[in-house]
Amino acid sequence: MELTGLLALAESTLRLSIPLLCACLAGLWSERSGVIDIGLEGKLLIAAFAAAATSYTTGSAYWGLLAGIGASTLFALVHGFASISQRGNQIVSGVAINMLAAGLTAVIGNAWYGEGGRTPPLEGDQRFLALFDMSEAPRLVQVLLGQSFLVYLALLLVPLTWYVLAKTRFGLRLRAVGEKPAAVDTAGISVTGLRYSAVIIAGVFCGIGGAYIGTGLSAGFIPAMTAGKGFIALAALIFAKWRAWPALAACVLFGFLEALSIRLQGVEIPGLGEVPVQAIQALPYAMTVILLAGFVGRAIPPRAAGQPYVKER
Amino acid sequence: MSAPVNLPRWADVALVPAVSVVAAFLVAGLVVLFIGEDPLTVTRVLIYGSLGNGYSLGFTLFYATNFIFTGLAVAVAFHAGLFNIGGEGQAMLGGVGLALALLFLPVPAFLAIPLGILAAAAFGAFWGLVPGYLQAYRGSHIVITTIMFNWLASILSVYLLVNVLRPPTAMNPETPLFPEASFVPSMHELGALVGLELPRSQLNASLLLALVAAYLVWLLIFRSRLGYAIRTVGANPAAAVYAGISPRSVTVIAMAISGALAAGLAVNELMGYQHRLILEFTSGYGFVGIAVALMGRGHPVGIILASLLFGMLYQGGAELAFEVPAITRDMIVVIGGVLILFAGALDGLFKRLVAGAFAGRARQPVAKEA
Repeated sequence: MELTGLLALAESTLRLSIPLLCACLAGLWSERSGVIDIGLEGKLLIAAFAAAATSYTTGSAYWGLLAGIGASTLFALVHGFASISQRGNQIVSGVAINMLAAGLTAVIGNAWYGEGGRTPPLEGDQRFLALFDMSEAPRLVQVLLGQSFLVYLALLLVPLTWYVLAKTRFGLRLRAVGEKPAAVDTAGISVTGLRYSAVIIAGVFCGIGGAYIGTGLSAGFIPAMTAGKGFIALAALIFAKWRAWPALAACVLFGFLEALSIRLQGVEIPGLGEVPVQAIQALPYAMTVILLAGFVGRAIPPRAAGQPYVKER
Repeated sequence: MSAPVNLPRWADVALVPAVSVVAAFLVAGLVVLFIGEDPLTVTRVLIYGSLGNGYSLGFTLFYATNFIFTGLAVAVAFHAGLFNIGGEGQAMLGGVGLALALLFLPVPAFLAIPLGILAAAAFGAFWGLVPGYLQAYRGSHIVITTIMFNWLASILSVYLLVNVLRPPTAMNPETPLFPEASFVPSMHELGALVGLELPRSQLNASLLLALVAAYLVWLLIFRSRLGYAIRTVGANPAAAVYAGISPRSVTVIAMAISGALAAGLAVNELMGYQHRLILEFTSGYGFVGIAVALMGRGHPVGIILASLLFGMLYQGGAELAFEVPAITRDMIVVIGGVLILFAGALDGLFKRLVAGAFAGRARQPVAKEA
């Protein structure tokens, strides 16, 4: 009984961490290149909608995934155009992305399906379900190997991100653009090109996360279903101090808190009484505020983050 | 391309925002076309539904009141160089403060309304002041902190409404009704006092409070010593230090004022209409305040005009949802998002477009002579 409970908790932690992880790594790429990304939430949401709608129409979750990535990347390009080419305010642009996604998904969803913005429920191949049939296997194996393709894909993004950023020339240049774009420019490498690639990678990652929310975690799209996951991912990114492996740790921690708050609903804990769910829900946000204020450690963002680059003439 | 754009002042203040508004509406029109409806019908319903009669005009002004408060809040912080996207949270905390004061403090009836307003302002100011303090003295980023504070406010208000303030007999997460003395009189009641017959609507005297707040913000920003300090810090914090201004305390003060203004939303919605604290009463008005402040160029007059436009969109949008069921009120969120993108992030692009048009016009006569 105890063990089954723990395994169930571990499984929901894993599943709830995945969207956070995708968005967090997306933010990591973008911000490492010097483009602040407040629009993670919007990109997750538009991707969740595009994925669920396409998957419903085509009957294949894989088309849904592609559509999710496409929609999210399109939004990422809007953000890139505003903040890289037009040197606009990156935060204002991110806020706009979030509002646009919230509005568009609700308006279009309602116009297409007339169910208050929901897509019809997805079933069978329209969803990302377990990759291997593990229903006969022991529970632990089920938890580890009975997940959908997207879960493993998302987990693979962590070593990939770490390797590319730490070990490749592209990664080195990209990190340099986020710290001192002028130096990269002087070396004859395009700041604009590097930043656009980072922003596009962020779009793709958010697309994967959104597709998982819309077609993996739940069976269809519901308005505002990302419910602040993009902002928690932002918090996780700060916790991880803009690094890939710590990002995984932070996302698993925040995913665990979310799983815990669902499980602890109305449960009496010996000695403590009933812990309000809200106290656990508030933890990631409160912890981020405390960390940012430098009360525990210090979170220092890439030096050029948020600053548009103006080429010297 | 990156040469500084010099435009006549009227063009910078009026033409550029107007161009971005028109462009935003064109985009919204495309969305309407995309979902297979007729943009012209939609426009007609929007305009008639928001201005067509006194009743709908009242609702338009009621919504505009919300936007004046949140727009002013964003603008005051903007002038200090701070991007306060915590309007939602600050307004929510304002609502909590107002509810606590009205439900638990025993006060004489004639003091109920000022007490409610003060409590809202104080709680909102506190929720703005803390991120301001953390930025000024602890170096955390105001944008991230205010985002986190929005979520904290939302979680806190859910907790309070579900577990503390809800009467045990009620199912809905909402407080009992406030004492009647705290109801801000509606405009048709006020009109009746002076013999005017106004149509019944949610519009209440909070509109007057909003207009007073707009005037006070104008006085503060453009006519007072503190406003000068705020604008100096916003323009150049280093220069402010040399002028003997402390950017730190200005940051904290500006954020407190900003939060107090955002809490005006709670006064209009809760004391003017709902008469109790409900969940999610801020419903995105705080974010629309960003669009309002950007469109209004941070000037109270511009903010009032932009608020009227958004008030029209909200009220017209509600009518639209009846007349054209395919289109929901979320269309306003789309328009708000596009406006924030155009008037805020792509500001430079639109400036250059307008400047290009000016340059083209200036060149033409020369070309004819040649």
